[in-house]
Amino acid sequence: MSALSELGSLRGRKASGRKKDNLAGYLFLAPWLLGLFLITIGPMLASLYLSFTDYNLIQAPKWIGLDNFVRMLSDQRLHNSLKVTFTYVFVSVPLQLALALLLAVVLDRGVRGMALYRSIFYLPSLLGSSVAIAILWRQVFGTEGLMNQVLGLAGIEGKGWISDPSTALGTLVVLNVWTFGSPMVIFLAGLRQIPSMYYEAAAVDGAGTLRRFVSITLPLLTPIVFFNLVLQLIHAFQSFTQAFVVSGGSGGPSDSTMFFTLYLYDRGFGNFDMGYASAMAWFLLVIIGVFTAANFFASKYWVFYDD
Amino acid sequence: MTTETLPRTVGRTAILTWPRVRPLIIHVLLAGAALVMLYPVIWMVVSSLRPGNEIFRDPGILVKDLRIENYRVGWNALTEPFTRYLLNSALVVLGAILGNLVSCSMAAYAFARLEFSGKKFWFAIMLLSIMLPIHVVIVPQYILFSNLGWINTVLPLIVPKLLATDAFFVFLMVQFIRGIPRELDEAARIDGCGKAGIFVRIILPLMVPALATTTIFTFIWTWNDFFSQLIYLTDPHMYTVPLALRSFVDSTSSSSWGSMFAMSVVSLVPVFLAFLLGQRFLIKGIATTGIK
Repeated sequence: MSALSELGSLRGRKASGRKKDNLAGYLFLAPWLLGLFLITIGPMLASLYLSFTDYNLIQAPKWIGLDNFVRMLSDQRLHNSLKVTFTYVFVSVPLQLALALLLAVVLDRGVRGMALYRSIFYLPSLLGSSVAIAILWRQVFGTEGLMNQVLGLAGIEGKGWISDPSTALGTLVVLNVWTFGSPMVIFLAGLRQIPSMYYEAAAVDGAGTLRRFVSITLPLLTPIVFFNLVLQLIHAFQSFTQAFVVSGGSGGPSDSTMFFTLYLYDRGFGNFDMGYASAMAWFLLVIIGVFTAANFFASKYWVFYDD
Repeated sequence: MTTETLPRTVGRTAILTWPRVRPLIIHVLLAGAALVMLYPVIWMVVSSLRPGNEIFRDPGILVKDLRIENYRVGWNALTEPFTRYLLNSALVVLGAILGNLVSCSMAAYAFARLEFSGKKFWFAIMLLSIMLPIHVVIVPQYILFSNLGWINTVLPLIVPKLLATDAFFVFLMVQFIRGIPRELDEAARIDGCGKAGIFVRIILPLMVPALATTTIFTFIWTWNDFFSQLIYLTDPHMYTVPLALRSFVDSTSSSSWGSMFAMSVVSLVPVFLAFLLGQRFLIKGIATTGIK
């Protein structure tokens, strides 16, 4: 079904006995292969090389061995950006997935107007990454913003959510949770795959709504939960636009929204510290790789495959 | 209709039994959730039509006197009229769509239908490349495009698409082509069609839904894209809509929220239209591949 499960099942597929036509195959693949080498693998290798150099775009790269990585060990702003990013990822992704699952289950029960609700809940997923919505967020959570106006109606005095370092990141978490529509649609597709006879059998046995959810829906949905989890983690680790626009590019207040990617941009394209930025990029790749691999490893213990 | 009064009515009349009331409660909750979700966006649209000083006073969404003043001011607030940024964005988007349609469909046809050595290997590489963060390649890509003299042109934003670097679309199309009966290829082959002929005459016309999905996703993502446009377009004349909006935020004080919102609304209209026209394809697209 998905790119992840494809990757997992590649080993098992048998080579077909069809006649090979290497020329046609590679001709059709040519644009992609060209892109792979020129735009992806080439730059990856170059970036790996640059991560061991000091390079400011003007002078030639100077080989400095592991210095960039050693520098990362004592870079307080980098440590802070890691903390910010991890907090963001580990708070917003579970909340987003929980909400996505909850609404998918509700919508899947044949609610009339389901298609309309699904569209409405999905829309923010498309808008969420835009600068326009980030601008809106700046206002909504500003001192005189919509949030405080609404709280004011209830007699609660608000504050400058974005200008306060203790809540600025929270506003970005809310923004990410708001885009739960896309995992929700994937959950909905997964729910469709569960044979209704399981529920019928459970109903005969007298299982209630909650029991059916815990004993049937959840176990059968674990592959989809896993898929959404991996996807949203990868996605959240790379968040940039919202933090950039909401903080005016500074990652403020007091670096409280300084995502790892924002700091990377600041090093590379703000200060032309290209070697260090490359080292950071590889560090990010390792982080994402480790989390994805850990997920795959852990999945053996909680993901349930029916077939 | 409030939920508090419901239990009493349930007891009194036989018509309002739990199985009948339940869908009603679900609808109220869903509609409430939908309203909460969309409220900020609706409020922004309404605020863009209000005089600036009212934005900070009124959390409601009723328009008393509708004004398009914010749109006029916003349109001309930056060094170039907003038309310029819309055209720049349109150019980037069109190029990206064209590039993705051509290159991704070719690669997908190869992966789904042709037999060649190393196919499984390249397919695995293609799947892995979907998960690669852009940050790992962005610095050398920038240096490469800078050396080619492509900074402040649309080329760094379009050429990679011509080379199928948006691999999730390759995957999406592979999945789609696998669903097209092979008998059609065989029949065309017997009638004397070559590999290219089968691709152009059989596969492409049948994969229109996948091409539509690709078009709509490319449209929305490229329109919203900020990171790569921020890096490659530094000349205000070349700014695209997201960059213009961002410089709007930086250059004006919060007193001009009205015109800022007006231009934000302008920037969201194409996304919203694409969403309305392409919902079916969007939903199907993320359901089968998980792209968002």
